[in-house]
Amino acid sequence: MSELALILIGALLVNNFVLAQFLGLCPFMGMTRGYDTALAMGLATTFVLTLSATLCHALFHLLLVPLSLEWLRIVVFIAVVACVVQLTEIYLRSLSPLLHRLLGIYLPLITTNCAVLGVALIVIGANFTWLQTLVFAIGAAGGFTLVMVLFGAIRERLEGADVPKPFSGAPIALITAGIMSLGFLGFAGLAS
Amino acid sequence: MRPDVPREYQTSAMPVTGSLTTNTIMWRVCAALLPGALLSVWFFGLGVVMNLVLVLVMATACEAACLKARGKPAMACLRDGSTVVTALILTLCMPPSMSVGILALAVCGAVVLAKHLYGGLGHNIFNPAMVGYALALVSFPDAMASWPGLDGMSGATPLTTFRYREGLSVAELWNAANGFGVLGAAGWEWVNVAYLAGGLLLWRMHLIAWRVPLAMLGTLTLLALIFYDGGSSASAGSPAYHLFSAGTMLAAFFVLTDPVTHPATRRSQLVFGALAGIVIFAVRAWGNYPDGIAFAVLLANAATPFLNRVARTHRDSHDQVTG
Repeated sequence: MSELALILIGALLVNNFVLAQFLGLCPFMGMTRGYDTALAMGLATTFVLTLSATLCHALFHLLLVPLSLEWLRIVVFIAVVACVVQLTEIYLRSLSPLLHRLLGIYLPLITTNCAVLGVALIVIGANFTWLQTLVFAIGAAGGFTLVMVLFGAIRERLEGADVPKPFSGAPIALITAGIMSLGFLGFAGLAS
Repeated sequence: MRPDVPREYQTSAMPVTGSLTTNTIMWRVCAALLPGALLSVWFFGLGVVMNLVLVLVMATACEAACLKARGKPAMACLRDGSTVVTALILTLCMPPSMSVGILALAVCGAVVLAKHLYGGLGHNIFNPAMVGYALALVSFPDAMASWPGLDGMSGATPLTTFRYREGLSVAELWNAANGFGVLGAAGWEWVNVAYLAGGLLLWRMHLIAWRVPLAMLGTLTLLALIFYDGGSSASAGSPAYHLFSAGTMLAAFFVLTDPVTHPATRRSQLVFGALAGIVIFAVRAWGNYPDGIAFAVLLANAATPFLNRVARTHRDSHDQVTG
């Protein structure tokens, strides 16, 4: 139980995918102009990431290992991620057309979110069990959503700030991300 | 209303009425910091004064250069006293007689990175002094941890000694190392008492949102109590140790209470303070760094726009914007 808690804290804070491992930076920069889209993107990624990581884990151990096709894992995992994204898109289009339009091109781009494939590959490398994989994926996705939401709110506030012209927009956002990353450094060692 | 702060981020902790200017407030904050600063000099030596002079000069120069580059009236802005407060807080976190290079890095981080790139006073997301301090801390962890012991020898801070005491129980440690006093770390405890007194003074003058320090200190005490096991070799320290060691009181009353970087509503101020308290305790008890104050402040600051945002969405009639 405490091992699972450590995996969760580790993925959520200590090795936060965005601020400590610098994975998934494209949606982090691209989808955080506003708080609402950041939250939507975070939740959509959470869904895709958790589902695809557990599916990939099952597929790897039930199919690829028995057939000794482990070397095919990257191709297979990408296919799984793409399928899950497609499912999410179909689901979202019927459930909330507005959200679907808001996420726009970024929804299919979850497929190429390196954090999603990263989680699937890391759990194989770390030899996690299925339950550990689930907890790790939830932690990673939760950490991603957390920083997306915090960052989205910060960027909304930055809109009203008197940022010097050369630094407005992406530069100040990257500086902010850097300072947030500095804050997350404090968690080092927490999950060991 | 402070003209330089967006309306939705105004709190009554800011000079709402015309009677108090930013300038007046900043000088009162300096005055409240004074007892703690004097005690720091008493316990840690003249190196503190040396740091202060260097930091003040560099911070003023940085500030003036930034204001000039941004085409603002340099003299008028310099007189608001905010640079002095930032410099003072930054200095009081630093070990005495730091090298000029590290001080310069911290000052640049504070004044240029955290303040002027965001648009200057009132627009910053993060507390400038803590950005500068954290930058120096992660870049030069050893230099930033070498505080003078009471015997005049330079060494680890009491927090570091406590964190890496290798199986000693708290009582054994207290007897073996003379770096510990009645409440927490020797010297530090009285500095902290002085900051507490200064903070209470600010509270009396209605200059700070009292919920922030209350929630932070309360959460820290509560967590220390929950995990207190009477001082065994694995103990994370008693509540008194946590409250009166390192910069706890300085952070609670002078750093977290920076009105532009804490949220505006009562409830979110409580959450904000509690968040900082949780991070401080978690880092001190289980993290690699001996102290988590700078990280806690940065993380709580990062959560402020989110907390404001949530408060705005769920604002009920009793939860008015307050100080």
